[in-house]
Amino acid sequence: MKIVALASVLLCGGILIFGTAGFPDFGDPLSPPASHVSPHYIEEAVAETSVPNIVTAVLADYRGFDTLFETAVVFSAAMACFFLLRVFREDERSPSEKLYRHLPTGIILRIDPGGKAPQSNEFEPIDPTWVPHDMIVKTTTRLIIPFIQLFGLYVIAHGHHSPGGGFQGGVILGSSLILYALSQNLRMAIGRMGETVSAVFCAAGVFIYAGAGALCLLMGANFLDYAALSPLFGVDAIQARSLGILVVEIGVGLAVMSAMVWIYYNLASVGRHQEGL
Amino acid sequence: MSWPMDMLILVFVIISGIGAITVRDLLGAAILFGAYSFLMCILWAIMGAVDVAFTEASVGAGVSTVLFVAAVFRTTRRTRD
Repeated sequence: MKIVALASVLLCGGILIFGTAGFPDFGDPLSPPASHVSPHYIEEAVAETSVPNIVTAVLADYRGFDTLFETAVVFSAAMACFFLLRVFREDERSPSEKLYRHLPTGIILRIDPGGKAPQSNEFEPIDPTWVPHDMIVKTTTRLIIPFIQLFGLYVIAHGHHSPGGGFQGGVILGSSLILYALSQNLRMAIGRMGETVSAVFCAAGVFIYAGAGALCLLMGANFLDYAALSPLFGVDAIQARSLGILVVEIGVGLAVMSAMVWIYYNLASVGRHQEGL
Repeated sequence: MSWPMDMLILVFVIISGIGAITVRDLLGAAILFGAYSFLMCILWAIMGAVDVAFTEASVGAGVSTVLFVAAVFRTTRRTRD
């Protein structure tokens, strides 16, 4: 059986490698893709959309339909993680004693089952999968997270002029929250950005993207033809395409950010959202 | 100049890819996969696809490594069943 599998893999691989001989050469100016649409994008993109970064113009404007469904794929990945992993009952396997840290002194209290939990807010509950209190890591991440988030916003907003855009900026924003969850603990991160907020943002991002397309339909143009939005923005049709790309990138960024955070919450805590990495 | 450079990186990509599927430690495989993504990111940047390199660096080397480690954190040395 193994020999048959190996033979079929080698055969398929051989056919694929043989097929690459029929490809046009790397950078061949006469190849079909380089002789129809690509010259149009390269020559006309700036004039038609006023976006200097052609990649962004192609992704969000000319091929906007693809990107809409890429965002929908990210959204459904987050939904799939939620449906597969999330459990709403209490964890009966977790140790029944609770651990609390006294913040000013760093002393750990262990409360056995039936014991009274400390009420003062000088105590914070900590995970039984215990990570030692590390002041350097916590302080450094606390200082660095605002700058990471600012950079994420810059990447989303500056995608027109430099590499970047909604996907990358959204991932950077999401990873700043994951860094917060890693350096503090999962409960504090969930306190900052809860599950409901993540779910609503994730859906809202896709809604903004699809809504921008539907608005173009309402204005009497094709789906995702942002030039139709020029009366709403109060600019000419070319500038409207640039602004439409920005709206769509914000939607993508919102969806990707909350999808990353949401997937991390479910993955790190096996769907219980109590304690995790 | 750039021709041997990307050949060198391509060799490292293949080494880390083979390493990621052959190493027996799951955490090591996750780290090797992150290294693979980072080397691919450099390769994209050399080829001039800076947007793709950016995505590879943020998604491949950044978030997906964290998600792999979070999943590995929830596994045990021996199977429970």
